Amino acid sequence: MLIVTQASELSTQAEVSDEIAAASKAYEAGDRGDAQPLLDYPPYRSSVLRHPTKDLHHTDPETIERWAPCFGPQDVSPLEADLTIQHSGEPIGERITVAGRVVDGDGRPVAHQLVEIWQANAGGRYIHKRDQHPAPLDPNFTGAGRLITAADGSYSFQTIKPGPYPWKNHRNAWRPAHIHFSLFGTDFTQRLVTQMYFPGDPLFALDPIYQSITDADARARLVATYDHDLTTPEWSTGYRWDIVLTGSHRTWLEDEA
Amino acid sequence: MSTLMPTPGQTVGPFFHYGLPYEGGAELVPAGHPDAIRLHGTVLDGAGDPVPDSLIEIWQADPEGRIVQAPGSLHRDGWTFTGWGRAATDAAGRYSFTTVLPGAAEGDAPFFAVTVFARGLLDRLFSRAYVPEHPALHDDALLTSLPEDRRGTLIASSDASGLVFDIRLQGEGETVFLTFPDNGRLQA
Ligand SMILES: [Fe+2]
Repeated sequence: MLIVTQASELSTQAEVSDEIAAASKAYEAGDRGDAQPLLDYPPYRSSVLRHPTKDLHHTDPETIERWAPCFGPQDVSPLEADLTIQHSGEPIGERITVAGRVVDGDGRPVAHQLVEIWQANAGGRYIHKRDQHPAPLDPNFTGAGRLITAADGSYSFQTIKPGPYPWKNHRNAWRPAHIHFSLFGTDFTQRLVTQMYFPGDPLFALDPIYQSITDADARARLVATYDHDLTTPEWSTGYRWDIVLTGSHRTWLEDEA
Repeated sequence: MSTLMPTPGQTVGPFFHYGLPYEGGAELVPAGHPDAIRLHGTVLDGAGDPVPDSLIEIWQADPEGRIVQAPGSLHRDGWTFTGWGRAATDAAGRYSFTTVLPGAAEGDAPFFAVTVFARGLLDRLFSRAYVPEHPALHDDALLTSLPEDRRGTLIASSDASGLVFDIRLQGEGETVFLTFPDNGRLQA
């Protein structure tokens, strides 16, 4: 088989799944893990040399860290929230609306703040020179969008449902379909880059990036829900995904909160 | 105290280059600005190899120590200082910003707040790049709380064009990375 040269260095899915199960068991036993991904998670091979070995150092935020950069209408055109209209033709795939609210840990809306997304096309291919997956590129789909949240923290993107794609973490590794999200809060310390997944994806159990969050409830917070109220008749289906940033350290004035 | 559980982070992955970096992202001021300095460095992994697929963001006060709340970071007009910038590392793991020195309130040590993202890094990391040779460094709350041999990882060094701040994700000289109260992370 052609795959033999790779097989000598790459683990099998079964081996990686065993490692995922062991990490999950260690978490159940109370050894480690919390609401965030483990940074040291060997089933995700690229993390081995790229995670800090020393504990993160606890500190209180200084003034600059209790504020966040601010973005406005000059930064983002409203058209950038629609990833399906960036080219002359219609992109291939399942049209979807992805909408929700961005709030902080106390439920306060994160208003007028930047949200950026990027994703693969319907065939699971990114417009990126490093993406060697031989699935077709779509001349009508780039896969990057951004917007500014509304006063109530709400956001809404029009896009195409991305496909799952193979990667080289181990032999025959596949990522569950996902959309990358980048978010800002009211504080620098709330900065979040994450991935939104689709409900019921059969690849969840096999994916070391998703499973690096050892707490099942925390993992589930990355999965959008199908929402028929977000659909458009004869046009698109819809998914709702609400995002909770960490608590704010700002002293809020009464009329802001 | 927060009442809602936070949405967890995930790696920025290998394909962020057409989603996040943008033209002018690393130029907080034009290179010709009279007070322009360069803040640059290399991101290194645990083997000492450069990390070519990482992304660095900085957030800073203006030279007078004021917090800036001006929009315009994504489409810079050449005049407005927004205090925020973003730079991807190049094939040699290097990043570079054109900016001005941050100030701080009287008696505080000024620093650039730094966020690090990379393929292989499952969640973003926070750090600080302090302006070197500032008198307030000696009683900075964070620096004095660190073992002496790790303090230096947070203090930039000077070169001909400005400041150098290398980021070591792991191993010898590992950069100090920060966690703030109430962020949903109990441990590294
Ligand atoms: Fe991806």
